[in-house]
Amino acid sequence: MFEGKKVIAIGERDGVPGPVIAECLEQLGAEVVFQATECFV
Amino acid sequence: MAVVKAAAYILAHAPDLVRYGSKPWREIAQNPALGERLRSHLRPFEAAAAYPPNQVFVGNLRPDALHEVPEPWYAHPVPEAGPHGRFGGLLPQPALYRALKRADQFDLIGLDTRWLADLPGGEGVRGWPADRIAQAVAAEQALPLYDGPQQVGCIRPAHEQDESLTAQVLLENFAAKATGAFALEALLAQTGLEPAAVEYILSCSEEAVGDRYNRGGGNLAKAIGELTGCGRATGSDVKAFCAAPIYALVHAAALVEARVFQRIAVVGGGSLAKLGMKFLGHLDRGMPVLEDVLGGMAFLVAPDDGQAPRIRLDAVGKHDIAAGSAPQAIMEALVARPLEQLGMKLCDVGKYAAELHNPEVTVPSGSGNVPRTNYRMIAALAVLRREIGPRDMEDFIRARGMPGYAPTQGHIPAGVPFVGHALAMMAAGELDRAMFIAKGSLFLGRMTQLSDGLSFLLERP
Repeated sequence: MFEGKKVIAIGERDGVPGPVIAECLEQLGAEVVFQATECFV
Repeated sequence: MAVVKAAAYILAHAPDLVRYGSKPWREIAQNPALGERLRSHLRPFEAAAAYPPNQVFVGNLRPDALHEVPEPWYAHPVPEAGPHGRFGGLLPQPALYRALKRADQFDLIGLDTRWLADLPGGEGVRGWPADRIAQAVAAEQALPLYDGPQQVGCIRPAHEQDESLTAQVLLENFAAKATGAFALEALLAQTGLEPAAVEYILSCSEEAVGDRYNRGGGNLAKAIGELTGCGRATGSDVKAFCAAPIYALVHAAALVEARVFQRIAVVGGGSLAKLGMKFLGHLDRGMPVLEDVLGGMAFLVAPDDGQAPRIRLDAVGKHDIAAGSAPQAIMEALVARPLEQLGMKLCDVGKYAAELHNPEVTVPSGSGNVPRTNYRMIAALAVLRREIGPRDMEDFIRARGMPGYAPTQGHIPAGVPFVGHALAMMAAGELDRAMFIAKGSLFLGRMTQLSDGLSFLLERP
């Protein structure tokens, strides 16, 4: 599903942070072109 | 050991400063019509005072009482609620403006002489004539201050070119100073402690006091101490984003335990920048703009007296630099590891106070229920450790967590709003142990991708 896809990963401090999303998607073959964690409170 | 002797909390109602919060300021600049929409959704002081989460914050209701209040909470005011709180209280906007002026030693804030004349308590404040205020707003880059539709004053910049001393930055700093001082005064009134008995003050506020050469230079602690009459204290600031209050309490306990100082006040003033942060979500849903209060809190840390609850410095939970950012790793570090050090289980803690943001503020804007997210992770850890079964998670959360009730003021919701309730519950024999957990979003400053966290355990003697 993610093989060869470019991904922008936006994570959340109190949920799932960006680096964790990026690591999961990279293992599924995605290319993470940008990842960040944001705080929404 | 060091103990927390007392905790004080105040809320300053600031509906006409919401426009100067970071989000409203930026949105209204792009779409001026939003300003009028915002104004039409502001609450009167009586509604803010009777708002159930605010009554919990100032100590008149226990956090778990919110389970029994129907939603939306803003539509179910606490009957006969007043501005006075067991832990402090709520201040109306005119009192906040007077306090801002009282905090101003450089005549940067001008309040209209005629408005002050009609204001209870306004007679002792030296005002500005209306034409002086009009001149400052028209030609000196001053920000007007309103009370309802009426312009009642202004705040002017302290330097023509210094971006660290603009009117907006100074208003942010004065707001933190004035509300921090209110909280410290409430703490002193509650304890009967003379101001001169305070030896050290730690501010954990979220402002950046300084000029162009030392932005964020700080020491708001001493400015607050001076305003509060703590003439025999010195102090400093602790900066750690929203986790700063936990760091400050741990630092204070360590200084007491090391016998450097004996009576330390930890103080946090309110965050002007975060007023109205979620106002667009509130407008879209026809709700009142709930982020209309500045928070303030103060704690007295002192040597063990055999009565007050102790801060367990032998089990401070920390999020190490190399710990990674996975939610499970963070909660392992902040919650499970310190308990393991003491030979305890997660179920040995009666209450967890973790990021107590009011969900009625955050959910409408899509930011979720922050405390619940954290409690689910703590409960999941208990399942992984086979302390509870998967079906027990909701009971665990209900019994050991609590609904969020703190205003979304960054450092203010950082677990520590529950310290006052914990002291009361421990004194009444209803609680033996509470854990306080806060997280900091270090990545917001773009110096690192790291997030942060710190926790401590408070125990009944």
